[in-house]
This record gives sequence, structure tokens and C-alpha cells, in this order.
Amino acid sequence: MFDQPESFVTADGRTIGGVMMEMKNITLRFGGVVAIKDISFDIREGEIRAIIGPNGAGKSSMLNVISGFYNPQDGEVWYKGERRPSMKPFEVARQGIARTFQNIALFEGMSVLDNVMTGRLNHMNAGIMSQAFWYGKAQREETENREVVERVLDFLEIQHIRKTPVSRLPYGLKKRVELARALAADPKLLLLDEPMAGMNVEEKEDMSRFILDVNDEFGTTIALIEHDMSVVMDISDRVVVMDYGKKIGDGTPTDVRSNQAVIDAYLGVAHD
Amino acid sequence: MIYRESGDFSETYPADSQTFPIKFDRYRYYAVLVVAFLIIPFFINDYWANAILVPFLIYAIAAIGLNILVGYCGQVSLGTGGFMAVGAYACYKLMTAFPDISIVLHILISGGITAAVVTLFGLPSLRIKGFYLAVATLAAQFFLVWLFNRVAWFYNYSASGQINAPDRTVFGYLVTGPNTEAWAKYMICLVFLTFAGIIARNMTRGSLGRKWSAIRDMDIAAEIIGVNPLSAKLSAFAISGFFIGISGALFFSVYLGAVEVGEAFGIQKSFLVLFMIIIGGLGSIFGSFAGAAFMVLLPVLLKNILVGGLGWDTALAAHLEFIIVGALIIVFLIAEPHGLAQLWRIAKEKLRLWPFPH
Ligand SMILES: Nc1ncnc2c1ncn2[C@@H]1O[C@H](COP(=O)(O)OP(=O)(O)OP(=O)(O)O)[C@@H](O)[C@H]1O
Ligand SMILES: [Mg+2]
Repeated sequence: MFDQPESFVTADGRTIGGVMMEMKNITLRFGGVVAIKDISFDIREGEIRAIIGPNGAGKSSMLNVISGFYNPQDGEVWYKGERRPSMKPFEVARQGIARTFQNIALFEGMSVLDNVMTGRLNHMNAGIMSQAFWYGKAQREETENREVVERVLDFLEIQHIRKTPVSRLPYGLKKRVELARALAADPKLLLLDEPMAGMNVEEKEDMSRFILDVNDEFGTTIALIEHDMSVVMDISDRVVVMDYGKKIGDGTPTDVRSNQAVIDAYLGVAHD
Repeated sequence: MIYRESGDFSETYPADSQTFPIKFDRYRYYAVLVVAFLIIPFFINDYWANAILVPFLIYAIAAIGLNILVGYCGQVSLGTGGFMAVGAYACYKLMTAFPDISIVLHILISGGITAAVVTLFGLPSLRIKGFYLAVATLAAQFFLVWLFNRVAWFYNYSASGQINAPDRTVFGYLVTGPNTEAWAKYMICLVFLTFAGIIARNMTRGSLGRKWSAIRDMDIAAEIIGVNPLSAKLSAFAISGFFIGISGALFFSVYLGAVEVGEAFGIQKSFLVLFMIIIGGLGSIFGSFAGAAFMVLLPVLLKNILVGGLGWDTALAAHLEFIIVGALIIVFLIAEPHGLAQLWRIAKEKLRLWPFPH
């Protein structure tokens, strides 16, 4: 049912658009290790796409290919209908793709506010003289972008800690600040690498709600890696399942759950 | 309560992002400016100018420059002495080649030339980090000193190999040369430092500063939010070089008047400025001032107290200085990487609550 090029409506009434990003026959090797073996899948406009699989399956590697950290030895990346040449991560970011990391990658020396403000850097381009003397554009864009950032802080309910250095925050809040930084960039595609890892049930619920709200209110397309199956089933529209670098399943949560290969892959693998 | 911020709320984002959001700090800043510009010039004498104030002002500019590179952008540099020499020799060549053009312009252009040179030496930073980058900048330091010693064109083929600053005026007052008055030396350095401080502060609070700090804190994450590491690092090298070049130009033309490169801009100078920002506080403009003041005042104080007061041997006092500075560097690096600036901040936090600590 997913071969349609154009938009369609899912079983629970969500409208999913056309293909935004398409990975074609991606193969990624690290020396002898094949992290990704000939995988193809697509991400559609407006959907929440989950990537699941046991530890070491190659999920993070896949996100790293999308965000330009790794160049696959084989395969093509298509974005918005065009084949993407090999790009540096900062160039990918400028195309409207933002992400968070499995191991939080915040700027520890800065406050929450400054961290989230860095998410706006691609929207700021005041000249050096304007910045040096803090007149005109530099001042104006600081205020404008600060307003955007304040809305993001408000949205994620972290306004009260805006002046706190991130190094002083507990793990769960750091994850949220990292999401805020990615959101502040106003991305078309948001990549989340285990946004709920290490969280308790309540924090997971909050995070799920934020992810759904982001998707809902801003129409942001989201690709996320997650181990907690109940979360995946709850929030994702479609799921890619990876195991040992191969794709073993792709479809709606219901499809995937009843897929024998997926069940086998998960049997005997300890997951929290 | 001496120091208070209660009832002092920012109501707009511009107000919140200004340099001194707390009124008390703002007034103190104005007070410092008034004293520096309107009072000190009338009381300054040669001793105060040459032993303390002028070197402090010039080193503070260099410290601001180095702090942008090391403290804000996280790129180590041991080439400060050599980079100051670039500013000095550029200024000398400009002064002698274009005697009719204002010295102020010469000093600014020297900063620009130094910015270009430092950017060039910053290119390896794209590939190497930390210790290896430090070694590369150390090589720059030795190369530059060698260059200015070797190539006679730089010192206009003078027999001594030295460069000497000719007399130059600003608004009719001498600012360089042996007959310059103390207040004039002080004033020109003060003006440059004031601008350097304001510009550095503005750059570090806006998008440029965030790019630098992002690279410093985690370069991978910086890339993922769209920071081009090449342009971010090189801009830090360039702006750092601009300030260091200005300080070198002032050091030669206004302060020393005559320079032999190895003596004035040797490796000791690189370490001196580095110590200033470590002791003063990495990643802090105020720390650059504090560190420069500390490193300029310490030997003067020791000399006055130990040699002048207690009759110690000069050499012994100098050794004690080494020991104190060495110990402080270790203490600050281990216990308080944000230096005097952080101690000041903590003191303010205490004061803010005083006399009710809870
Ligand atoms: N930079 C690298 N160099 C060498 N091998 C790597 C590198 N990155 C990943 N790998 C290898 O590629 C394989 C897939 O790793 P990846 O991190 O993508 O797995 P994952 O599915 O994200 O696992 P997890 O659930 O534990 O996060 C692993 O065998 C890993 O050791
Ligand atoms: Mg992973």
C-alpha cells in the first residue's frame, strides 16, 4: 500500500504526503564491518517514521548517512526529488535537516538559551561590522530569533531553566534541550536518535507527546530510532526494522508486529 | 545589601541580552569609563604610564584577542608573540613608507595584516587539534621571529637590526617617539582598548560568538546545526589576529619605541599572554582585563615590596614571581578554569545575597 507516489490517509486518519527522502540501496562499511547492507526505504512528508532493531543493527549509522556524517560506499540518497551529492553535515543541516544524538551532544559550556539559540544560526546572517558594533541587523536578528527560541522553550516547557548552564541539568532535561535546539532550526526533517533512552515512564510520556505535537503543529517530518516498542507502536506511522545491517521489515506498526522475521529478530534479544 | 538585582527585571529581549543587564553593573562600568578617560589622564606620570598603565592596556588588547581564539573558540595558540611582532613590523613598515597617513590608520591596518597572517597559520586547525595545533603555532612563533630577524627589508636595512618608531601625532599631540608625554601614550592605548573591549563583547554575544563556542564545546554538534567549521575557526583566528596585531603595533610604536624582535616578541610573550587569560578567565572579556592587570601588577608589587621594602635581592624576587605565577597557573587550571572572572562572579553572587545567605 505504500507504493503510491502521492499523499494518502492512514488507518487512524492522518494524512501522509509524497516521498521526501529516499534511501536507495545504501551500503555502508567500516573496514570489514558492514553496518548497512543494501537498504532502501523512504520517508514521506509529514509522517513519523520509526527505525527499530536490536543493538548494533545499524540504525544510528543510517541516521548518520542521512545527516552526512558517513558517506555510504554504495547507494543513493534522494531528497525532495533530487539526488543528493555527498555532503558535509553542515550542508545537510542547511537543507533543513536537524537531529539529536543517541549520546547527548549539547554545548556544555553554554546556557540552555544559548544552546537553543545555536539552533537558529542558519537563520542569522548579520555582517561582521554589524555584529562588531551591535547595530542594525545584528541587533534586530538577535531579537527576532530570540522570540522564535522563546516559543520553542515555551513549547517544550523549559522556559524556567533558560539561563541554567546545561552542564547542571539532569539527563531527561538535557534530552529535551537537545530537542529544542533541533526544533529551533525550524527543520523540514527531524532525526531523533533514541530520544527516550534512559527515561522513566513519565518522561517518556512527555517526550512522546512533544514529538506528536511537533509533528502535528509544525508539520515536521520525523524519523526516529527507538527501542521501546510500545512507544513506537503508539506514535509512528510507519516502521523500518533493521537487523545486522539488513532491512527485515517495513510497514505500519501493525504489519511489522505480525512480521515473522521481526519477531525472530527480537526473540532472545534482551531489550529494556 | 550592596549589590542587588532584585526588582531589576529585563522586560524586553534586547534589554536581556545587553552587556550589563543589572543596573548596578552598568553604573560601575560607566564609573570606570569616567575615571579612565577623565581623571587618570590628569594625574598620570611617566612611572605609572610606563610601569603599569600602558603595558596593562596593551596586554589587555592582546589578551582579548587570544581569549577569542582560545577561550571562546577552543583553538590553542602559542604564537602570540610572533603575531604581535607581525603587527609591530607591519606598523613600522607603514609608518616609514607612508609618513603622511595617520598613525591610527596604520595601527588598524597592521591589525588587518596580522589578521591575514594569523588566519594563514590557522589553516592547520582544520585538521589538527589540541596539542598538535599548539605545536604548529609554536612553529609559527619561531618562524616569524626568525623571519623578522633575517629579512632586512622588514627593518629597512638598519645597521642595528632594530626598528625605531618615528614621531607621529594624533590631533597635533605626539603619540609615538621618545618625546611623547605619558598621558598621550595612555590615551591612545585606552581608546584602542575600549574599542577592542566593546567589539569583542559584541561579537561574542551574537551569532559569531555562539558559532565559536559551539566549535569549542563540541565540533560534531556544531556541524550538525549548520556551522561550517572552516569559516568558524578561521574567523576566530582572523579576529583574534586583528586584536593581537593592534596590540603588537601599539607595543612597538607607543610603548617601547625601539624593538629587537627576539627580545620584545619572543616565546615568553606568547606564554605571558596565555597566562593572562588562564589566570583571568578563559572565555571572558572581563577575564582578559583582570588577567592582564594581574600579570602586569604582580612583578611591580613584588619588586616594590620585596626589593624596595624588605631589601631582597632583585634576582630572588624575580624567582619568587616565577614560583607564584607557576603555582597560580596550576591552581587555576585545576580548580577554577574560568579564572579570576569566575571568582569575581562568585563573589558577586555572595554579595547579592548578603547579609542573608539563605
Ligand atoms: N564509526 C564507526 N567505526 C566502526 N564501526 C562502526 C562505527 N559506527 C558504527 N559501527 C559499527 O556498525 C554497526 C552498527 O552500529 P550502529 O551504531 O549503527 O548500531 P545501532 O543500531 O544504532 O545500535 P544501538 O541500538 O546500540 O544504538 C556496529 O557493529 C558498530 O560497531
Ligand atoms: Mg544507535
